[in-house]
Amino acid sequence: MATITPPTALPELNTDDLARYSRHLILPEVGMEGQRKLKAAKVLCVGTGGLGSPMAFYLAAAGIGTLGLVDFDVVDASNLQRQIIHSTKDIGRKKLDSAAEKLTALNPALNVVKHEVMLSSANALDILKDYDIVADGTDNFPTRYLVNDACVLLGKPNVYGSIFRFEGQASVFATKEGPCYRCLYPEPPPPGLVPSCAEGGVLGILPGLVGVIQATEVIKLILGNGQPLIGRLLLVDALNMRFRELKLRKNPECPVCGEHPSVTQLIDYQQFCGIMPETPQESNVKNGIPQITVKELKRRLDAGEDVQLIDVREPYEYQIAQIGGKLIPQNDVPQRLAEIDANREVVVHCRSGARSQRIAEFLKQNGYSQVANLAGGILAWSDEIDPRVQKY
Amino acid sequence: MDVNAATVSEALNGLTESHPELRRHLSTGEGKLRAFVNLYLNDEGVRHLSAKEATAVSSSDTLSIVPSIAGGLDWKPSLRG
Repeated sequence: MATITPPTALPELNTDDLARYSRHLILPEVGMEGQRKLKAAKVLCVGTGGLGSPMAFYLAAAGIGTLGLVDFDVVDASNLQRQIIHSTKDIGRKKLDSAAEKLTALNPALNVVKHEVMLSSANALDILKDYDIVADGTDNFPTRYLVNDACVLLGKPNVYGSIFRFEGQASVFATKEGPCYRCLYPEPPPPGLVPSCAEGGVLGILPGLVGVIQATEVIKLILGNGQPLIGRLLLVDALNMRFRELKLRKNPECPVCGEHPSVTQLIDYQQFCGIMPETPQESNVKNGIPQITVKELKRRLDAGEDVQLIDVREPYEYQIAQIGGKLIPQNDVPQRLAEIDANREVVVHCRSGARSQRIAEFLKQNGYSQVANLAGGILAWSDEIDPRVQKY
Repeated sequence: MDVNAATVSEALNGLTESHPELRRHLSTGEGKLRAFVNLYLNDEGVRHLSAKEATAVSSSDTLSIVPSIAGGLDWKPSLRG
């Protein structure tokens, strides 16, 4: 089931190639022709994080000729638990530079193309058009919909992988015969309803499992061999170590790949995902909740003002760092309202201000008249008040 | 978990009755399944079954709730958790 049109003149393999890829060459399903297809292939890895690391590593090792990398982030210590292409010495360095160095060390013949941008509606088509296959290793909904739509519009397969906690999903979208990401999920969840990996955590090995599945699918698409994950969603459950498969169907009413598409060019994906740009006025009061800065809270605590500080993070986060708030994990708040005095001022905090904002809104709806959210949470406290408070 | 039910929707109701906090994640205010949540009866999407959520289920069937996941960092940069 070949989805990639092989170039008319495939590059020859040189003596180095013959030695390096000998284990591929003796596989009838790869062979000389397959290896030449890999050498001719141009693959774009969107993201060089958890999924992008194993994906790019294995694609480089397998002999992909050109590997494009899209990332604008720098390596952080908290990445290293899963983003294995980066090392401790790379902390603070651009992920693109760190990744490119490892990939060319592994395979000097690889042509690495660095795209140091945040993929957007303005640049996506221009970047994707030069590649045969796009592998989506992004970490957010707006970029996932952007990558999907751009792949459909350009007719490029979108090798998809996604992870959360102990579970992963993988599929191949946007081929001519198969469904796209929007056929599966027409709309993203509203902001705030689904926790991110930064909130919910992720098993470090999981993106390894899923990223390698994505790399496998990329290779199969290039070779035109095997059964790709088109029209199938593979679910990976690492905790129980179960792999399941669900059937996916092309949605004839899909707004981008359906019979009468309404999306014929890239749109504003931030807006599509319900993310509105903030205006300056909103920064002090958000959804009716005053936003208090860490400096203001510190000043008021030091002055002995009566403030109930409520910490809505999880107990394991509290063990890492705390700033003296009373711990009531967000999901326990509805059952533990009696512990929060409605007659006193309440300041809610979390790691960086998102969960606490939602809980502050919840408290306000439940009759608490003086509720504020600590803007920036523990992270801001560590940056601006006390660096001994451990960031995570 | 195991739920006693004759149809897909009965199974869902049984689940949200025993776990009311799931309700807002699974359905809209009008009780419609959210667009970013897919329901599968064994390996087939419930929306592709002819009887949809009225489809009969037996004790050997598995009903899966498959939400969309993005992974990685917070996807709302202005509101980080």
